[in-house]
Amino acid sequence: MYDKDKIIPGLIVFVGLVTFPLWYGFGGGGKLPVPEKPTNSKECVMPTAEMRTSHMVMLNQWRDDIVRMGGARLGQTADGTQYIRSLQKGCMKCHTSKKKFCDECHTYAAVNPYCWDCHIQPKEAN
Amino acid sequence: MRVLYSLAIVLALMLLAYTGVEVLPGGRTLFGVVLPWLAFVTFLFFFVAKIVDWAKSPVPFRIPTTCGQENSLPWIKQNKLDCPSTTAGVWGRMFLEIFLFRSLFRNTRAEIHEGPKLVYGSSKYLWLFGLMFHYSFLVIVLRHMRLFTNPVPFFVHALEFGDGFLQVGAPPIYITDLVFLGAVTFLFLRRVVLPAIRYISLPADYFPLFLIFGIGLTGVAMRYFFRVDVISIKTLTHGLVTFQFSAPLESISSLFFVHLFLVTTLMAYFPFSKLMHLGGVFLSPTRNMANNSRMVRHINPWNDPSIKPHSYAAYEDDFREFMVEAGLPVEKELEPKADENAPAASE
Repeated sequence: MYDKDKIIPGLIVFVGLVTFPLWYGFGGGGKLPVPEKPTNSKECVMPTAEMRTSHMVMLNQWRDDIVRMGGARLGQTADGTQYIRSLQKGCMKCHTSKKKFCDECHTYAAVNPYCWDCHIQPKEAN
Repeated sequence: MRVLYSLAIVLALMLLAYTGVEVLPGGRTLFGVVLPWLAFVTFLFFFVAKIVDWAKSPVPFRIPTTCGQENSLPWIKQNKLDCPSTTAGVWGRMFLEIFLFRSLFRNTRAEIHEGPKLVYGSSKYLWLFGLMFHYSFLVIVLRHMRLFTNPVPFFVHALEFGDGFLQVGAPPIYITDLVFLGAVTFLFLRRVVLPAIRYISLPADYFPLFLIFGIGLTGVAMRYFFRVDVISIKTLTHGLVTFQFSAPLESISSLFFVHLFLVTTLMAYFPFSKLMHLGGVFLSPTRNMANNSRMVRHINPWNDPSIKPHSYAAYEDDFREFMVEAGLPVEKELEPKADENAPAASE
């Protein structure tokens, strides 16, 4: 092998870089998110699976519809329960804590939604 | 034909992953855990093996491409980057090559106009789109580290922020996603539209393009169109690197497994393909050698030390008689011999 003094360090750096997740997470999977479930309600505005994947789209549609198009404030679930289409007055009526609900998954998946750029973040103890 | 062949393979791979996950019992474990790990080990092992193999090949001659004035007399200005004669110059040249693709930047195009007149012009499209493609690919790979680390390191947050800076839609559109798909499309069209490039393009050129485009397309589809359960996916992907296989595989969309299988294929295919230019660019002797053969004597590493240098003077000493006899010019004439001249005079 020629140029060992350059190629072997280069290979070590390469292997170090591509195995980054392995040694970064060595010795544990970290904490899995456990979002707090609401106590005052059993049903959300959409089925759970759909909320998990697409709640951000729904929130975006609410905003566009209400703020820009003058849409209705009230919405209805599949079984006819009425709810307020609003992050703070709707969602957070059941999911009361940003920290214990929203942030659980958002931190885990490294998502930083810009909801609170406009909305005033609720004050929470702890 | 070569295009369709490559496209058909990529489509078949996607179909294979989809049906495997949907139909096969244990298909999710196979496509989600077993194959990705096998592919990663394959990638790592054969990548290193390929580099070691290349490193074993001697490069006995100085073969740098001289793209500018070489080091010469003191009053002739040397082009230190395009024809370096020092190690520092080589580092500069390699830096520009690896990070900014300088040799593509120097690309020219030849055209024949009426006359006939041959015209050369600068052609920067390949450089521009190549650069866009590679850097957006790099950002996308680094961004994906959010699925493989917990807690997520700072640089991923920084990339997420910068990439989603436009704040269009929810989830926000990534700039690199658009640039990436656009650049791959350009690189593909370049091969199809330009007749000369099409003539030299092989399935080995089209296949990686389709594969990478497929990865980009399924990724974009998962983020913007058919949204998937990211938390379950991260439980799987982060589990892959921490050896904790407890992810709820059933709640992950089949689209994710198609995306993952294309990445799996890319990893396994990588060390055996043209994509090895990732390692090869560092080892290209036309770029990483100093053009100093007028200053340094480079000795061929496999020269037999028992063979001594044999000068021309010594060669002529060995064969002078035969050379004179054949009428070849010699530097030193034959010494006149007395017994040779005497009989000639008597006859």
